[in-house]
Order: sequence, then C-alpha cells, then structure tokens
Amino acid sequence: MKSLLTICLLATVSSAALADKLAIVGGKVFTGTAQGTLDAATVLIENNKIVSVNTSSSVPEGYTTIDASGKYVTPGLIGAYTQLGLVEVSSSAGTVDASVSSNPVSSTGAAFDVSYAVNPDSSLLAISRVEGITSAVSGISRSDGLFHGLGAVITLSGAADSILKPQAFTAVNVGNNGADSRGGSRAALWVMLNEAISEAMQVSDAAQLSPSSEWHGLNSRADIKALKPVVDGTTPLLMFADRAADIRQVIAFKQRYPKIRVVLVKGMEAWRVADELAAADIPVIIDPEFNLPGSFEQLGATLANASRLEEAGVMVAMGMETHNIRLATQHAGNAVAFGMSWESAMAALTVNPASIFGMSDQLGVLKKGAKADVVVWSGDPLEVTEAPEVVLIDGQQIDMTSRQIKLRDRYQQRAESGETSQYIR
Amino acid sequence: MTINLKQLSLTAACCCALLLSACADDKAEKAEQSPKVTIDKNPFPSQYTPLPGAPTVITGVTILDGIGNKIDNGMVYFADGKIAAVGESLDIPAGATVIDGTGKWVTPGIIDVHSHLGVYPNPSTHSHSDGNEMVKPVTANVWAEHSVWPQDPGFGRALAGGVTALQILPGSANLFGGRSVVLKNVPDRTMQEMKFPDAPYGLKMACGENPKRVYGKKGGPSTRMGNVAGYRQAWADAENYRRAWERYEADYDAGKNPTPPKRDLNLDTLMGVLKDEIRVHMHCYRADEMAVMMDVMKEFGYQIYSFQHGVEAYKIGDLLAENNVCSAMWADWWGFKMEAYDGIRENIPMVHEAGACAIVHSDSDLGIQRLNQEAAKAWSDGRRAGIDISQQEAWIWLSANPAKSLGIFDETGSLEVGKNADLVLWSANPFSTYARADKVYIDGGLAFDLSDPATWPVADFELGQVGEGDIK
Repeated sequence: MKSLLTICLLATVSSAALADKLAIVGGKVFTGTAQGTLDAATVLIENNKIVSVNTSSSVPEGYTTIDASGKYVTPGLIGAYTQLGLVEVSSSAGTVDASVSSNPVSSTGAAFDVSYAVNPDSSLLAISRVEGITSAVSGISRSDGLFHGLGAVITLSGAADSILKPQAFTAVNVGNNGADSRGGSRAALWVMLNEAISEAMQVSDAAQLSPSSEWHGLNSRADIKALKPVVDGTTPLLMFADRAADIRQVIAFKQRYPKIRVVLVKGMEAWRVADELAAADIPVIIDPEFNLPGSFEQLGATLANASRLEEAGVMVAMGMETHNIRLATQHAGNAVAFGMSWESAMAALTVNPASIFGMSDQLGVLKKGAKADVVVWSGDPLEVTEAPEVVLIDGQQIDMTSRQIKLRDRYQQRAESGETSQYIR
Repeated sequence: MTINLKQLSLTAACCCALLLSACADDKAEKAEQSPKVTIDKNPFPSQYTPLPGAPTVITGVTILDGIGNKIDNGMVYFADGKIAAVGESLDIPAGATVIDGTGKWVTPGIIDVHSHLGVYPNPSTHSHSDGNEMVKPVTANVWAEHSVWPQDPGFGRALAGGVTALQILPGSANLFGGRSVVLKNVPDRTMQEMKFPDAPYGLKMACGENPKRVYGKKGGPSTRMGNVAGYRQAWADAENYRRAWERYEADYDAGKNPTPPKRDLNLDTLMGVLKDEIRVHMHCYRADEMAVMMDVMKEFGYQIYSFQHGVEAYKIGDLLAENNVCSAMWADWWGFKMEAYDGIRENIPMVHEAGACAIVHSDSDLGIQRLNQEAAKAWSDGRRAGIDISQQEAWIWLSANPAKSLGIFDETGSLEVGKNADLVLWSANPFSTYARADKVYIDGGLAFDLSDPATWPVADFELGQVGEGDIK
C-alpha cells in the first residue's frame, strides 16, 4: 500500500530533476535573512544558485515549477557539529576517523586534518540528506591531543569532492574531559592552552618552522601551521565547556586573545552567563535537550537554556549529532516548546551555523547568490510528524532514497509477498 | 462363603504387620520431619503509598483511551485513585475538582519498559555505575532493585514527560543480567516506596554483541554461538533445579523428611521463569538472533515477553506475532554498533502492522522525557510508508502494550473504569513537538503540574546546588 504522496513525489522528481531553472512556488519560506519568513512566496533557482525570494505569484518564463502550497520551504539544514563522513558504525566495527590517538606529526593535536578522511559514500550522508540536512560541520570527536585537529564543512550531496571548506575550524575541550587528559586538572589544561596559543602567535616567519631550523616548541611544526588561521582570526576555535566557571574562563580567554573567533560548544550552563557571552560576541552551539546533571559540571542543565540565550542576544546554533543529525529539527522544536522563538530555532539550524563557520553567503540562507540547497517540507519542520518532500542540493533534486528506505521497501514487500528476502530489490 | 481360617489368620497377620509398620513409620517420620523449606518470593515488599488525590473531572478534553478509541470534547472522572468514568458527557459529581481541558488532550500515563534510571543514575560517575554485574555471563541472581538510587534526578524529568510507571532493567553485558523491577514514578526515599505493588519480576537477558564483547577475553562466550550455548546450559541447569525442588516438595508432602535443595539465587530466578512467574525481557537487535531465541524459548518451555531494542524486528513481524512476543523499540536510533546498522524509521509501525505487539521504549534518561514524540515520529513515518494507523491506535505502543508485557495491564495502561488513575493531561496534541505534559496523575494523585513549581520533584542530589527547582 504505497501512499499517494510517494507517487506524487516521484512524479515531481522525474519532471524537475534535470531542470536548470526551478521555481518553488506558494510555500511558507524561511529565508534566514532580513526578509524573515514569507507566506506564499516564490523561490527562484537557476543552475545551482538562488536567484531570488519574493512574494510575487507570477513565475518568469522558462522555470519549472515545484508547487509548495501549504508547505514550508527552508534552506538546507546544516549539521552544526557532527562526525559525518568520518564514521560508519561507531563501535566495534573498524576504523572510526573521528577518533585520533597520538601521532608524531603532532604534539598538541592541532595538525590532524579531517579533510583527508571524509568519505562521500558513507551511508549516513544519504540517510541524513533525505531528511533535509544538506551540509555539515564535521570534526574529530576524540583525540589524545589538546586540540581536536582541523574540522571541515562538507556537503551531503555525495559528490566526489564533498569538502566545501577544509581546515574550517579547530576545537579544544576545556571541561572535565579536556582536563582529564592534560594532567587531570584545569590548572594544567589552561596553562598549556595559553602557551600553545601564544606560541602560535609568536611564530611569524615560516623559516622558524623549516626542518633545518631548531624547534623546541610545545606545538609541533605542523601544529603551528594549523593554529595560524585560528590565532589570526580566520577560522573559529570551538571551545567545549558546560560549567559556568569554565565558560567564564572561555570569555576571559576571548578577552586575552580578542582576534580569536571563539565559539562555545555544549554550554549546558551557558544560560547562567548569557549576558557576558552576548557582550563578548561568543556564539554557542548546544543540544537544547540536555537537562540532566550528567556530571558536576552540568548541574544547571535545563531545557530553558536555548530560550534564555536567545533572550540575552546570544547567537545559538543546534545540531550536535552524527547518525541521527536528522533529529536536529526535533531538538530545535523542543527548544521552542521551552520558550525559544520559532524563527530563532530555525536560524539555529541554518544561518547561524553558516555564520559561525564563515559560510553565510553560501549556506543556511535563501538569498540571491547562495548555494541552492533548499528543502520543501510537508509542514512545520520542527514538528516531529513532518518531513521533507523535496530536497535540492546545488539546485539538483536528490533521489529521496537511502539504504534505510531500501530496507524498509524490501521488508514491506516481503511481508506482502512472502518472497525470499534477498531477491527483493 | 467358607472362610479358610488358616488363610484368614495369615491375611490378618499380614494386615496387622502392614498396619503396624505403617503406623510406626508414620509416627517416626512425623516426629522427625523438619519444617518445610519454602522460597520467599517477595522479600523486599512494596511500601508504596499513593499521593493524596481528590475526585477530579477533566472536561472538554480530547481523550485517547489507550486501547484504540478517541473521544473529542470528552470528560474523564477519577476518584479514590481509580478511573471512575470516561465519556462524551458525564454528570459532574458534587464536590469534584473540575479542570477545563479545552484544547488539551488526555491519555493514559506513559509506561517505559526499558529504563536504567537509578541503576545508571545522574550524575553518571563511576561510583554510580550499578547496572551491569560484569563478573560472569550468567548473573540471574542479581536484582536491579538493589542498585536503584531513588535520588536519580532522572525520575523527576521522566515524570515531567508523562511517565507514570517504568521498568528498571539491569544492563546488557551478561547473557542473564538479573531481575528487573517495576516502579511507580513517584520518587521518594527508598526503592520499596516506589515499587509497583505485585508487579511480576522480569529477567533481563541479552543477545549479540555485548556479552561476547565483554566476555570474549574473559573466558567466553566470545561468539554468538557461545551465547546460545550459555543460555541453553543455564536453562538446563534450571530444569534440574526445578526438578530437585519438585522432588523435595513431593517427598515432603508424602510425609518424608527430605533434605531441601541448596538454595541458588541464580537458579531461583531461572526457575521462576520456567514456572512463568518471572518474565523474560531480552535485549536483541538482529532478526536472525531473535528467531533463534524464540526456538530456545520453545525448547525450554518459557515465554519471552519482549525483545528489547528489536532494531530489526520489522524483518520478522510475522514471527513475533506467531510467538506472541512483544518488541520494544526506539523510533530511529541506529548505527552506533554493527547490530544496529539496519535500523529504520518504520520499525515500530511495521511490527504493529504485522499484528505483533509493538512498544516504544527509551533506554535513555533523555528519551524517556519525550516518548510521546518517539511514538509520533514512528506514527508519521509509518503513514508516509503507507501504513495507516490512527493516533488513538498508536498510543497502544506507549501504555497498553508496555503494561501487558510487564503484567500490569489489569491495573494500568488504559483509561478504563476501575483502573488506576494514571493519566496525563497534555497542553496540546501529544503527537506535536510543542505539547507539554500539563498535569501528571499517578493513582489519582497530582504528581506533576507544569504550572506549579512546588510539584516539580527535586532530588536530594539537586538540593542546594545550582539549578535547584529550576524548570528542567
């Protein structure tokens, strides 16, 4: 019993998949820009870019139309902090590139670079993109080093070159986890971090790093090269912390090194220092559903975190998952249930992560010139009962299929026909 | 009839001898019979006392009764801890508290069959890790209730999500992980004060990766075939033990003074399963393994009441239905290990459509706070795949089926007259992300009220700490 919906969607896909000019018409459009959210708007796409978003009901000639009446249209969602492309199965199933143990090339961990590790054929990419996630920030989740290497921004299109931005950020944990592997104390961790950062700032001449020159730094030569864009403010430094006291240290760090683009990640007690974070212009990437004291650094965890940060004027991004990055919309919806505005929750999944990683001219927005990653949803994307019906990446409608959908179809057919399962495709 | 005297005297002598010997034996054994040894099946009895309640009527509310019916603009009346009436229109009894349910929904309380609250509590320090007795693969002797820390803040969070009862299971490291306990979600000082009165015990068993990973280098099992050998040997030992007790009881009842079998706490539990007093809930992901376990079940004549996780249950919905085994599932978790690689979003509705008993479970201190959303996802994913299930029917996954698998459906799990007044008043349709539990009643007592912070449980651990009494 295939639903009519599925059949309609298939029809839509086949007629529009190859069109260069697309018009998505009649939907409620969240733009992620100053245009806000528009009712019954038209999104025009040419080749792989957005041409315009307007409320005109007429479509210029030559555009193939996708009817989005009664539906929602959003930029493709961005996984704000994931390990997509770096992991297929998390445990007991072979190499996980999101986890790095020590290696002589690096003494502080800054140099490890995931742009060499991303696999565009990972099944997680198709499974996530059919759910409206079209790009993601991907980084190392576990490292023996002080820093968690260099992360990347990737597209989920599955294209051979999936890296939208290599060496897009580096990360450091300044909570319990960071302290545990740095002598077991924040008293050691922060001194090491300050030294590593200061050292990278002091190296101004590439000759200092040549193999023929002597080097006795805390960082390896490769680490220094990796930290340069961080200390000169080109790429952000993600700092993981939950406890208010640790977050105050993060704010103090930002004051010490004002050029560094500091981003707070996890931040369960961020709401307690929300005003200071806003004043220091530090954005926060959170999972708003964390509301339990998993440790003594998370005693203040609450589902009101997101709404309190919004109220203080802190930029919030969401979407910290990997296999289930598709649940970012549910996380955001629960933030709304606990007081966040719908607009800010949508921004947390789109334009805000794009801004944090310096991609907001391309990703997370529907505006002229942006990459045409667009999703047409059956209804409010933050409702758990709604889902994408059409997903465009670079202006191309993707096949709404994945290994999970194929498994479903096989076993639905098996239940009806009783055929031998492995002959059903 | 001529009586042969000689014969008579012989017979009489025989009779006398027989009688005498019988009389003598009787006297001797009666005198020597030790007190009969029996096993106390309830040494940690429930001390649960319901919260005080008042006769209450909720009016103008959308009702999902939990057994497949929906009433728009209906009324629910409960008093003395029980559901007293459910319908479109009721006479409001004098003195009853009246709650305007306009725009709101009422459902039975959610029952989570898979929780580790209390045994893996928050904060999750190593000192609190009390859910897996990882010393040998067969530990049916341990009872989760002896690890439950009632001060786990997770109980209060789950309550705010509409959970009124829950099964606390040991972890899945062992082939036999130990006994489970069913609790009412009214967090108090002691486990006994939360214990669901007279709920049957469960026994946690585990398939697949976990036991072989934990014991692979500690003497085994190190393979799935090793796992199955482990279950079968344990059941065979339990059969032996049961026969020993039956022999003891038969001999004793026959007037003998037999020596009772040596108590074995591990085999006590397994024997309880063979006598259908204790219910097996088995962690199992893969379809092929579940099929093997249902054969083991038949080999030893016990019942598996639920597979836990059943990530591949959708592949064998027909077999689950045939064998009357429930599957307790997530809506969409997958990929964290190899045996979870084939998870799909339509698992729950596909199991339901196959005519098997589907349950939404959490296995998570976060997931347990929004099981209604898990059901909503599964419901909508099913519909998109052409599986047409109504919301009122889908609620069976959250209350009735869990209650049936736990053996407490006579008391709770649906809004039927005479059952415990375990119910949730939702701010909106609970299939919406934006719905919150407005009020949660357990046995008619108001256990949580969103509008009244005084009713938000604060665990001892949270007192005097950052965030005490905050909205959570």
